[in-house]
Parts: sequence; structure tokens; C-alpha cells
Amino acid sequence: MTAQEVRLSGLLLQEHFGDVVEKVGTRLIRSGVLTLRALAYETKLPLDLVKKSLCVLMQHGMCLFGAGRRGPAGPVEYRIISERILHMLRYPRYIYTAKSLYGDTGELIVEEILQRGQMTMSSTVKTVADRLTHNMPEGQSMDYSEVVSAFSRLVETHFLQRCPPTASAGSSSSGAVNTPLPAVKQPTEPEEHPECYKLPYINLTGQGKRRRSSEDGEADQRAAKKAKTDDSECGDEGIYWQVNFQRFHLHFRDQAIISAVSCKLDQTSSEIVRTMLRMSEVTTPAHAAFTQALSANEIFRALPSSYNIARPILDQYLTLLVDDPMEFVGKTGDSGGGMYVVNLHRALANLARATLESVVQERFGSRSARIFRLLLRKRHLEQKQVEDFAMVPAKEAKDMLYTLLSENLVQLQEIPKTPDYAPSRTFYLYTVNQLPTARLLLQHCYKTVGNLIERRLYETKENKRLLEKSQRIEAILASLQATGAEAAQLTEVEEMITAPERQQLESLRHHINKLDSSENQVDETIFLLESYINSTQAAR
Amino acid sequence: MAGSRGRGRSQFTFNVDALGFGRGDSLPTSAHTPSPLFPPMQFKPVPLHTGEEVDYMLALKQELRASSKNLPFHIKAFRTKTDVARYSDKYQNGETKNNCIEWSPDWSRMPKELCIKVRKPRKTGAKPQLTKKTKVAAGKEEVLQKLETLEKREEEQHSEEEEDEGKKKQNEEEEEPDADQDYDEEDLEDETDYIMSYFDNGEDFGADSDDNMDEAVY
Repeated sequence: MTAQEVRLSGLLLQEHFGDVVEKVGTRLIRSGVLTLRALAYETKLPLDLVKKSLCVLMQHGMCLFGAGRRGPAGPVEYRIISERILHMLRYPRYIYTAKSLYGDTGELIVEEILQRGQMTMSSTVKTVADRLTHNMPEGQSMDYSEVVSAFSRLVETHFLQRCPPTASAGSSSSGAVNTPLPAVKQPTEPEEHPECYKLPYINLTGQGKRRRSSEDGEADQRAAKKAKTDDSECGDEGIYWQVNFQRFHLHFRDQAIISAVSCKLDQTSSEIVRTMLRMSEVTTPAHAAFTQALSANEIFRALPSSYNIARPILDQYLTLLVDDPMEFVGKTGDSGGGMYVVNLHRALANLARATLESVVQERFGSRSARIFRLLLRKRHLEQKQVEDFAMVPAKEAKDMLYTLLSENLVQLQEIPKTPDYAPSRTFYLYTVNQLPTARLLLQHCYKTVGNLIERRLYETKENKRLLEKSQRIEAILASLQATGAEAAQLTEVEEMITAPERQQLESLRHHINKLDSSENQVDETIFLLESYINSTQAAR
Repeated sequence: MAGSRGRGRSQFTFNVDALGFGRGDSLPTSAHTPSPLFPPMQFKPVPLHTGEEVDYMLALKQELRASSKNLPFHIKAFRTKTDVARYSDKYQNGETKNNCIEWSPDWSRMPKELCIKVRKPRKTGAKPQLTKKTKVAAGKEEVLQKLETLEKREEEQHSEEEEDEGKKKQNEEEEEPDADQDYDEEDLEDETDYIMSYFDNGEDFGADSDDNMDEAVY
């Protein structure tokens, strides 16, 4: 991991799990693989705290354990999965996607599983039903079966998956029952497990319980006793579910492609591309460069009924999409009215390129952006050629090129005519390489998010006294209102916060909202650049 | 190459125009101070996205942050009080002990060496034990035994009351063990007439300021 990634991971761990886990996590990231004792020694924390932190990290799927270098007889070694920690930045986006696809029930299921790392199906269903019941008006409650059906739909579309089975965790291989621990270096992919997406059969009937606060009737006591005995009855002990991040990422990627098509062309073309992607969801493997080929007939039949466009119009749209320079859709054959594919990797590359260009434009101006785009298209150009092609005066072109060069967005390639590299006899060509530039920007993004988090922590710390005071006053107000106080008392309590303090609180709230919102937005760019980089690496 | 050194002495080996200044001009001024920390930006950044989706995700993010502080996964180190032993220590709960884990993971999926005692949220069973322990630790045996029998009689009555309330609370136990304990602490602790915050000796006042920096989340 790079320095910026380590810093960001540390900040995220601290935010969610506290300082102790942050220390343990960053030490593991920096050192690679460590045993328990070595970790305790290096972090100088008590052994119990280290054990607790490792349990937390493993519960959330961020840490793996396995037989160490000394083989199954030696101490267990632990290893961190760094991408998993960075995914924590994206939790709100996952939850929002689940909400938009599967409603409130789906949203709560994904939120519970994200917060707890891994859960059994029965406990998830119970918790979510209780939460939904709590928000419903009096007298209504959420039935378990609805939550179970939402859960099943999430599993069927592969958004949730079973946690991979861990080999039995004894450190000494005794009987034949204990399979030797797999080496730490190869974690078992959850997809390799054949029953990855199989729902267990559980007998879970009932409804969500509303939490009562004070006096309870007899019925509730009996219901409470019944709830205790229900715990052990569900048949899915030991089957834990986790969120399938890869599936969510594929979904985000599809969304990005569709919105790019709708921006560049129009709504109907984006619907066509959406249909094509939906049809090839299950048949296309995760890292494929393009989807399975679909014939125009199939696309026509699969279009949503609200879009009744005629067949020749569909053909025209497809031709337009194929001819578009962005190359989202490609034609691979003529059978069945034309075989079309969506070029996933090329689409990602184009999206990443658009991101790079817009970054240059916003930071250095539109002329620099023109030079940058020129270099992206024409690969290698001399300084004189840059001035000519970009139609920018010589001095300004030179200035801009040097600024871009100093920011490392543009590289210089020397091509000598003679072996002594004499400056008068060497070509100096400017060039832009998309992949390294994308990596550079990605690191900038990580640094940005780290800075945003630190600034937010600083702002909160500066105004800590004020925040505590306002919290106390809110608590007093709430308790007064609950016990039915008069308006005069309430206003008296409210006046304990003076007007300038109120203003300060308001501006603090505004700043923190802005910083949080920026984090979310930078994360979108991070996702795009990461997908592009991973897709080019997978292609190799 | 060495031979051409004498000829064309004032010629440079590269195109002079590319440097940005001609011959005889003064060099560009050098920088005397480090560049400013926040230089004025020539191009202002584009405003953030707005909209319902953005607002919803913002609210989600802040909620997640706040709720993750209350989950048992948020580990705080237990600071041993190195001061004199105080009377209030008996009533101050050992909530955050280092050797207990506050949630119960599935130990079959974890290596054996990580196994730690799981601390259940305080129920009725713990309280009589605590008083029994402290009573035993205190003094001489005969007086102790008398006291103990008296205690036990008192506590049987007490624990019956507590069991009823405990059953009611098992309903609410699922999500908020903290609330459960607050409720316990407030009224039912160890036969004292005072609520637990009475025994707060103020040691935590300044000590926490280094950790837990975000209190309120907007």
C-alpha cells in the first residue's frame, strides 16, 4: 500500500473502530504478515486489546489468518486486506444503492450487515424487522416473511454472499478432522465455494417486536420468553452472510456507463445500453472486457415496454452507438440482425480519460486542457508541434507545458540522434501516459480524502466545548418536553445558548456537512479511477 | 567536437528561444521566500453536487459514524486508575475491562489463540456475586458469616424483584446493551440509595479529551 492509502486506512479505522484498532491495523498494513505476539510487541499494547482488535477486524472481513511461514505447527499469522478498509469510505453509497433497488427493507439489511461485518440470516431478519417495526405507527409490525423475501432477492442477485468457510482454527493439526490451514497468501475466494449463493432453510416465523420502554403487560413478558427460546431454533447456525462488494462495484460501473451514454447521446440510447447490460448481468464474468454478444432481435424483445420504438429505429440507434467515438458499443457480427457487445474496458478507459481531462481543465484552465487532450490523442509531440496544433501562442504554450510537467501530468521523452545526448541533436517529445497519470490522480484523491477527514476532526475538536454544551441543552429540552413543561421553561433553556454561539454552531454544521459531502464526491472519482486501473491490470 | 570549441563561441547547443528570455536580458527574479502555504487559486473549484441523493448519502454517512461509536466493535482501551483506591471504586463498574470482549463472535471461525472471555451485559446474576465477593474480601470470618446470611436473605427478595424487571428488559436487550446498563446503574445497583453518577469522582473529566474527538455529529 502506498503512504497515502495507509494514512487514509488509519483514519477510517479510527473513525469506525477507535484508536486501538487503528494502531493494530496500521501496524499490520505496514508490516505485512505478523503473528499475534509480534503484533503485541510492536504496537506495545496489552495482549488482550490486540486480541480484541483482531477479532473486530476479522469479523469485518478485513483480516485473514493462516498457517505461518513455519507451517501448520507454527504460530498463526495475520494479514490485512487493504482494499476492504478503503471500502468503508463507500458504505453510504452501497446502502443507498440497496435502498433504490430493494426499498427500505433492503437498505436496512445491507446497513446491518455492513455495520456488523457478517451475520446469520436469522439474526439479520430479526434485527431488521424490529427496526422497521419501531418506525411504523403503533399497532403495526413488520412480518418476518417480508424481510426474508427481501433478503432472498438480495442473495439471488448476488449482492449478498456467504462468507467463505475457514479451515478449522486449531493451530496444531491433531486428528484427521482438522484440515491443515491454507497458507496465508492465498485467501479462498468466496465465489469458489459452490454454495455461495444458496439460501439456508430456516424456520422463522413471527413479526418484529416493538421495543417498549416502561411498564409492560403480561403479554409482552410471555412474548419475551418466547423470543428467547426462538433463538436456538433457526436452522442456519454457522452460515454467515457478507456483502458482495464486487457485485456492487459492477453495478456502479454499469450505472456510470449508462449515465455517460445518456449525457453524450440521449435517453433512449441509454435505455438500450441499460437493457443490454441487464441482459448480460449473469452471463458476463466479473473482469470481462466486453459483455456477451447480443443480437439486435434479443435486444428488441427485451426492451422495456414503455419504450415502444420501432425495429428500424432501434437499428439506427445501435448504429449510432457503434459509430460514436467513445466506443461504448461494438458490433461483432451480423447474425440475428447484428451482434452487439458493450465494450466495458474501453468504456472505463474513456470515463477515466474524461476524468483526467476535466481535472486538468478545472485546475489549469481550458487552454492547458486543450494541450493535454492533444497530447493524449497524438501521443508524442515536440514543443513546436504542440504550439501549432493547439493554436496557442508560443510563450503561453511553453508556460503551460512546464506547469503540467512540474505537476507530473505530462512526461518528457528524449530521443537522441547521437549517442552523446547533445541537446541540439536530441528530440524532446512531450507525452501523456494515461495509466500512470490515472494512478497519480488516484493517489491525489486518497490524499484529498485524508485531508478532508483530518480537517473535519480538527473542526470538531476546536468546537468541542460548544458541541457538548448544545448536546446537553438538547437533552435537557427533550426531557423537559417529555415531562410536559411550559413554554416559558423551554424558552429559558433554549436561551442558554447565546445568539453568537448559535451562529457558530450553524457555521460548524455547515462546514462539517460540506466536508462530508466532499468526501462522498471524491469517493466517486476514486471508484472510477480504481475500476479503470484494475481493468487494465486484469487485462494483462 | 573538441575542434569546434573555438569557432562559434557564442553559439549555444540548443535553440535559445526556448529558454524564454533572450541574450543580455536579466535572469528572472529568484524566489526569496518559500511559496505561500495557501496560494491564491487562479481557478476556483467547481461547487459540490446537490440534490436529494447527495443529501441522503450525507445523512447516511453521519448516522453511520455516530452509530459505529455505540457498537461493541468500537474498542476503547481501559485506563487503569493509578491514583489512591477510592470508596467509589466499589460502585464504579469495571465496564471496560481489557480481557473481556463485548460481543460474541463465532469462535469456530477464528484461531483459538484469540479466544477471550465474552462479557455479557450485566444481568441479575452478576450483582449478588459482586456483593458476595466484596463482602468476603472485607473482614473476619464469623462476623462475615452472619452478615452473609443476612445479606442473602435480603438479596433473595431483591433478586426476585430484579428478575422480573430483567425479563422485561430482555426484550430490549438486542440492540442496546448500553441502555440496559444505564437503566441498571441508575436504580438497582448494590442496594445503595444513590444513582451511579453520585459515585463519579470526576477523574474522567479531563482524561477523555485526547480520545473520542467527535462527540456530536450533525
